[in-house]
Amino acid sequence: MTAAAPALEHAPPLTEPAEEDLALLLGIRAFELTLLDLFGKGMLNGTTHTCLGQEYVPVALEPLLDPRDHVFSNHRGHGHYLARHRDPEGLLAEIMGRRGAVCGGVGGSQHIRRERYLSTGVQGESLPVACGVALHLRRAEPGALACVYIGDGSFGEGAVYEALNLASLWSLPLLVVVENNGIAQSTPTADGLAGSIAGRAAAFGVEYRHTDSVDVNVIREQLGPAVRAVRAGAPLLVEFATRRLGPHSKGDDTRPAEQLERLRAGDWYQRYARDYPERFQRLDRQARERMAAVAEDVAARGLS
Amino acid sequence: MRVAENLNAALHGLLERTPDLHLLGEDVTDPYGGAFRITRGLSTRFPERVLSTPISENAITGVAAGLALAGESAIVEIMFGDFATLAFDQLVNFAAKSVSMYGSRVPMRMVVRCPVGGGRGYGPTHSQSLQKHFLGVPGLALYEVSPFRDNAEVFAEMFARQEPCVLFEDKVLYTRPMYQVPAPFRLEQPDGRGTARVSLDAAAEPDCVVIAAGGVAERTLEAMRSLLLEQEIVCTLLVPSRLYPFEVELPPGRQVFVVEEGTAGGTWGAEVAHVIHSAHWGRLDRPVTLVHSADSVIPTAPHLEREVLVSAGTIHRVIQETLRG
Repeated sequence: MTAAAPALEHAPPLTEPAEEDLALLLGIRAFELTLLDLFGKGMLNGTTHTCLGQEYVPVALEPLLDPRDHVFSNHRGHGHYLARHRDPEGLLAEIMGRRGAVCGGVGGSQHIRRERYLSTGVQGESLPVACGVALHLRRAEPGALACVYIGDGSFGEGAVYEALNLASLWSLPLLVVVENNGIAQSTPTADGLAGSIAGRAAAFGVEYRHTDSVDVNVIREQLGPAVRAVRAGAPLLVEFATRRLGPHSKGDDTRPAEQLERLRAGDWYQRYARDYPERFQRLDRQARERMAAVAEDVAARGLS
Repeated sequence: MRVAENLNAALHGLLERTPDLHLLGEDVTDPYGGAFRITRGLSTRFPERVLSTPISENAITGVAAGLALAGESAIVEIMFGDFATLAFDQLVNFAAKSVSMYGSRVPMRMVVRCPVGGGRGYGPTHSQSLQKHFLGVPGLALYEVSPFRDNAEVFAEMFARQEPCVLFEDKVLYTRPMYQVPAPFRLEQPDGRGTARVSLDAAAEPDCVVIAAGGVAERTLEAMRSLLLEQEIVCTLLVPSRLYPFEVELPPGRQVFVVEEGTAGGTWGAEVAHVIHSAHWGRLDRPVTLVHSADSVIPTAPHLEREVLVSAGTIHRVIQETLRG
């Protein structure tokens, strides 16, 4: 279930974002666009998965999280990392295998660990691990939580269900963030997921919230109380009806042009640009300039 | 003391001395104390850290990895080692990889205990010895319980590695006594690698060296005894504690046999043979001879199971035929 994307002119106005939030959103967008550009120039090795269209999810959640919280991410994790650590240099160096790489170039785009942030490349795998961390936190650092980002496609994996069962049984401080972008690689969610994500949460007695907003202020208001309850041991599953604007990895998008056009019309980028044009243009320019400088710097570095 | 009691005592001691250690598994809490009663009494003493879990091998192995990631330590009991296949992703793709895939070494103190082996009529999916499927994974070490090494020592060594370990426990061993070998053989204390040696008192070079992990050590000793009494063939037995990465200090001997209960094909013995060939090729009369179970599922009916599993008779026959033709 993706957000029905009304044409841009009909989308209601977004509340005014804090300067820092908009800058972070635009910074992640610029990072991902830079990656696709570098790929196009043959300057990146392997593959990468961009979060174009989904940047607002971790940006909205960041202030709801505490520095003591653990964050688990997945293959599409650049936004999650940048929202947590604001470190485009380290991440790009990791992806390019250059000096200053967060994980020495071993992990690459999908396997990043820095302090309490960790990503892995196998679908659903991090959920049981996050349960283990949550078990530790419950005992050793009460009030802290483990937050796991997964996608709609991850619900094909049994690990997700085993973990939801444990989290509910053991009252673990586990926050599961589902970025339902309506597509798993090339398969529409409707072709891979019977029933609903809400139904899955209900089956395990796990609290559930749904949002189709891209407004970071609104999302924080919607989710704040439920996230606070996680800290007291009420696991929560939040489903974001979101949109993936780019390909799964690179050049592998089989969706028709009109569908992508519809998705772009609901993009936070277009809506913030429409509602706060001056500030948006200024911050967007700054983000692009900064990213161009980062890319130039990192590309010129020695190997990791 | 029996092997099961030694294991149980090791776990009691570990939980007592290691305040951050958790033990997770299906049905491990009292009064049941695990399908093989190895965890008996633990949950009564350490109720917060000994947890019975749902039937979710994948998740509980992931939970252990999460605890390890957070700096704690964990033991997982897989009720039957056959079910470790359900935890393969967490072990191979997450726990073992996490040690090195994030660019700097991440300590992962976790042990997955796997009761394995047949001889009890449990049939094809509850009798396997799946050691070979876990060989050669970077960051994953494999151990096997033996009656000749204190399990408290084995656990201490595994946790000191700071990487995930799998501990294989042959089910038939649980009821056997520790540290006993049949006359006239003599047991020597394990060496620095934890490898125990059983030989005749004579310091003379034996006719062959047999390498067998804990689960088949008793059968091998039975064969060694009948070979000695009936054929005057003298064997020295090595029982390694760590199966992988495999290292051995090979005593004098120009014929080497490796015995295991796993079925034919891609065996642990093949790995051992490679290690020995690389280091000792020049002194061997012939390549290392592998002794293992048949290339077959493990049947339930006792007469059929006997035909498949490696036995003292198999070991006797192979060694006799190889040495005497």
